[in-house]
Amino acid sequence: VIEWTPGGIPSIHRVSKSVNLNSSYLKKKQCFTGQMQEIMKWNGWGYVDSKFQFNKKGQAEFTGKRYRLSGMVMPALKEWFESTFGASLQHKTPASAIPNSSAVQPPILNEAFVEDLKSTGIPFSQDAEDRVFRAHGHCLHEIFALREGKVGRVPDMVVWPSNHNDVVKIVELACKHNVCLIPYGGGTSVSSALECPPEETRTIVSVDTSQMNRILWIDEKNLTAHVEAGIVGQELERLLNESGYCTGHEPDSMEFSSLGGWVATRASGMKKNIYGNIEDLVVHIRMVTPQGVIEKSCQGPRMSTGPDIHHFILGSEGTLGVVTEVTMKIRPMPEYQKYGSVVFPNFEQGVACLREVLTLITNVFAGHALKPQKFYITKFKGFDPNRLCVATLLFEGDRERVLQHEKQVYDIAAKFGGLAAGEDNGQRGYMLTFVIAYLRDLGMDYYVIGESFETSVPWDRVLDICRNVKERIIRECKERGVQFPPLSTCRVTQTYDAGACVYFYFAFNYRGLSDPVHVYEQVEHAARDEILANGGSLSHHHGVGKLRKEWMRETVSRVGMGMLKSVKDYVDPGNIFGNRNLL
Amino acid sequence: MASEAVYSHRDPMLKKRDDFEDILEERRNCSDLRYALKCYTPVVYKGLTPCKAGVLKNMVLQSDQLHYVINQVSKETGKAPEDVQEEASAILEEMAHRMQLSTVRFFAFTLCKVFKTLFRSICVNEEGIQRLQQAIQEHPVVLLPSHRSYMDFLLMSYILFTYDLALPVIAAGMDFMGMKIVGEMLRMSGAFFIRRSFGGDKLYWAVFSEYVKTILKNGLAPVEFFLEGTRSRTAKSLTPKLGLLNIVMDPFLKGEVFDINVVPVSISYERILEETLYARELLGVPKPKESTSGLFKARRVLSEDYGSIHVYFGQPVSVRSLAEGRVNRCQFNLTPRHIPKRPSDDVHSFVNAAAYRLVRAQEENMVLKPWVLLASLLLQNHHQDLDQDRAAGPERGMGLDELTEEALWLRDVCRQYGAFLHWPDHVPPSEVVSSSLDLHRGLVRISEGRVRLAVEHAAGPSGPGVHPGAGPEEQLLNQAVVVLSCASYRNQALHVFLRPALLASAMHIATSSNKQEVFNSFSFLRNMFSNEFILCPGATMQDFEEACFLLVKTGVLQITEQEVLSTHRGHRTLAFLTRMMDPFLQGYQVICMFLCEEASEALTEKTFIPAVRGFMVKQLLSGRLRYTEVLSSDLQKNALAALLRLGAVLKTKGADQTTLKVNRVMVNSLEDTLGGKLPTQKAAVARL
Repeated sequence: VIEWTPGGIPSIHRVSKSVNLNSSYLKKKQCFTGQMQEIMKWNGWGYVDSKFQFNKKGQAEFTGKRYRLSGMVMPALKEWFESTFGASLQHKTPASAIPNSSAVQPPILNEAFVEDLKSTGIPFSQDAEDRVFRAHGHCLHEIFALREGKVGRVPDMVVWPSNHNDVVKIVELACKHNVCLIPYGGGTSVSSALECPPEETRTIVSVDTSQMNRILWIDEKNLTAHVEAGIVGQELERLLNESGYCTGHEPDSMEFSSLGGWVATRASGMKKNIYGNIEDLVVHIRMVTPQGVIEKSCQGPRMSTGPDIHHFILGSEGTLGVVTEVTMKIRPMPEYQKYGSVVFPNFEQGVACLREVLTLITNVFAGHALKPQKFYITKFKGFDPNRLCVATLLFEGDRERVLQHEKQVYDIAAKFGGLAAGEDNGQRGYMLTFVIAYLRDLGMDYYVIGESFETSVPWDRVLDICRNVKERIIRECKERGVQFPPLSTCRVTQTYDAGACVYFYFAFNYRGLSDPVHVYEQVEHAARDEILANGGSLSHHHGVGKLRKEWMRETVSRVGMGMLKSVKDYVDPGNIFGNRNLL
Repeated sequence: MASEAVYSHRDPMLKKRDDFEDILEERRNCSDLRYALKCYTPVVYKGLTPCKAGVLKNMVLQSDQLHYVINQVSKETGKAPEDVQEEASAILEEMAHRMQLSTVRFFAFTLCKVFKTLFRSICVNEEGIQRLQQAIQEHPVVLLPSHRSYMDFLLMSYILFTYDLALPVIAAGMDFMGMKIVGEMLRMSGAFFIRRSFGGDKLYWAVFSEYVKTILKNGLAPVEFFLEGTRSRTAKSLTPKLGLLNIVMDPFLKGEVFDINVVPVSISYERILEETLYARELLGVPKPKESTSGLFKARRVLSEDYGSIHVYFGQPVSVRSLAEGRVNRCQFNLTPRHIPKRPSDDVHSFVNAAAYRLVRAQEENMVLKPWVLLASLLLQNHHQDLDQDRAAGPERGMGLDELTEEALWLRDVCRQYGAFLHWPDHVPPSEVVSSSLDLHRGLVRISEGRVRLAVEHAAGPSGPGVHPGAGPEEQLLNQAVVVLSCASYRNQALHVFLRPALLASAMHIATSSNKQEVFNSFSFLRNMFSNEFILCPGATMQDFEEACFLLVKTGVLQITEQEVLSTHRGHRTLAFLTRMMDPFLQGYQVICMFLCEEASEALTEKTFIPAVRGFMVKQLLSGRLRYTEVLSSDLQKNALAALLRLGAVLKTKGADQTTLKVNRVMVNSLEDTLGGKLPTQKAAVARL
């Protein structure tokens, strides 16, 4: 969907792979540990070579060669940045330059475990840099601390299993020696899920699944693929594309997030209206737990065999075991794709239109993204630039139907006062979802911190929740002494029959605050309270982690908590998977 | 209890209030016409999408809420949905306002003239106006004025027009609509009309609540209504009615607006237009049905001096902050918001607590005039005269100097209690007193340097409404008119003294000075009188502490771990405070007595008041009762409500009437607790 750099997909791994899709077992590759951090930022989003920066002329540019945006100069960004946040290029807050190994506590090592692990031949590392890299996700407070060179409790070791059996061995050893395991996929968590519990006194081992990244087989008869869970999204798509298939699962983080991570957090992609969310896409899951391996005995498309055990695994957030292999549905690559966009006079009309489009032509329309913001278009007559909103659209399928649906959608949009705003805008909208995380790093260079968070909410609540949460954010910022008006905006990113997923974007200029992260967290906390009070869910797809744990009981009820706890108690009585997420 | 946060212990001396500005002053110097035709461009709610009256009606009629109820009613009654829809439409037609700027201007012009003849000044706190202006822009606004006069809502709109503020949409009782032209004109100046009772009528309720919510949610206009439900005939604040408050808080609780600003407004009249009218009404002369001709008969009123009006726009109260930590808004997550639901217990107790808090806010910002103090003193003096059998002698009443001295003393007490007293300090006290007496000359007599209530005896010159030669009962009622009129001014200050006075009375009826016992008595009285006065539910402890705090601070009491003791110099205050409560104590006692001794099995809700009144008249005429103000039907109703609440009287609904069943043992013990026995009979009280 997203056009990548002319050079094609960047390789994350130095190892060149020869993929033989016809054999059921791929050529075993050598294990190289720790290459990821050589091309990835250790204290920010994405690739080292890709970032927003202001050049000598004070114009914003995006570096590197990976994205369509790479190498482009964006003169409007500076003005937007300065006027939105009251930020100034004169006031910089650069990150500390290199990871400071001396700041990292020496590892707590369980020697017997290390000895036994050595004998298995599974590669591992106690290198400070490797450990720090896997000690965090991408929450604001995590990145902010890293930029200041502050490091808390980090894993004591990192291991790189290369297949299911390696994981079985690691989990057995962990149980035997009572060490704590924290599964690590792509590291894109935004729920403090990867943070090591500071009170943990056992050895913490980060189980990095990145080497388990092969497609083990493709079954064209049943349109399924069996994939190792450490594979990251873009790699999975690329490999499937080579065979003419796709999964259609495209979360914003798909460049870096892993299949196992999707399963563990109940991920959702922007094309879910056509392809479904992760729970709709998986046919079979294999997970290694302290009690052994859990999996179903067949690949039937649906079963009536009591509660679906997959649903204990989906969303378990690494508290029960390591997902090692997944059988996923695949689809032939779409014959035709077309972007589009519509501009609406206001957010209310845009939401109403999305709703209408959905009820009329479910299944084909994969549009999303509403920005009550004058991001791209401001010159439509009669539209108040402060109120207008843009919907970006993507149509996929056979050419004829795409064109037919495109027309239908624009007709509906017209009923809601929407004007077609061209393919380019649509495409840019999609691209923005991938680079928006880079934008936060730019802000952090200039006293601006921010984050996005999501919820799901019934249709009749969408407008109310948007207004109230945005207003709450503004008010809380004011009350907590934020000197500049914050950016507080939202968009509808996913639609369902019964409701929608809403994203909130919140950022502010923190000059003058002594503890900006604390202020940020208080505001986000208040915003989440407001979301819940307005009928929104605790999370649509980011998960709970440790960041939103305190609301779990009221979210799922006391009995619900008890059910989850009893599963944990049975599966992992020794709390080997001790990341303390969720419960 | 949770109310702790709401009724925090305040130091009354720290209360800061705004200054007033007389809005009539400018009117006396410039053209009224130009004023009425001035450019009127009020600031509006920031989220407003303006719409016409017709559009508003459509919004209401097409709302999910109303659709739901229409279908429900149609299923229940078997009527076609279209017919029910028609009914809804008709209800709305009857209810809706039709605000027109031209009518507003007409009223502005006319009211200018009227106000200038009636009142010396209309004083408004300008800072309150500025706060209101701010509030209107930020969030939907609800205006909650106190209700003492018909004048209130015209006055409110007049003030808002004067300050170029958005004109409110006002909930008015249907009885106004009976006044043909005036009713329509009121409608065109923003009033909408609701039936006085529509208990079981689902459709009516749905139309009504949706109408109010639609106006509020969209910020079309500030919504104004009277928390007290009706005009207080006694000048005491009335127990708040929750219906409309529930409705206006609903959009916030359901997340349909971010917040709602509620603005309590206190309107105090130096002299109430309906003064004697109210007294007569309380005594059982039924209230004349509002009619246009009746209004014009009131023209006599126009020739008199009614002093000044003070209007205080209180601090806007954010419903969001009121609800913080008290209501879990998630409770609305599991059913569609358009399905009507009874408020849950926590919502109900929240709205109730908020209502009390808002009425308290009205009370606290009510300006008290010196006359209020004089009326209190003269009433007490009147009763002392009766006690000491000098009601007709030359020593009756108070010397002017004595009155002035007492008033100054009371002024200081008042101020220590944090009252909002407007005593002109730059004017010599004797002048303050004499000008107050002059304004209320209908209620007082001054002769030979002595002042007394204008309660005349057969031999004396006739006062207002006193006809020589009338029968003893009629004379009694005529006296009661004056006493009740006077009491209505004393009542304005009741809220200031209420808590200390309850404590003083509690000490009086308690068997010892043991702190716990005093507290028990206090708690008993507070409970007994919670229909009579504004006493926030669940705040017994705070009220007790506040009373203790004030009386200790002013040196009246000493409170140790164990005991509550009065000081020597505290005697005067305690005596004053107990005398203030006495009429109420006696009133409740005599009602208990009536229920024990006289009430027949066939006593019904309807016959209760006349029966009690008859009993009381007998007691008063025989001299066994001292306070004529117990004849007030307000007191009688409140006492009955309290007894019903306490379970001492039970209602049994019959086919055509509700009978009252008296638990004599309980009533008897309540009577005893209220003070043991009634004061012993004074045989020779030759009052009549």
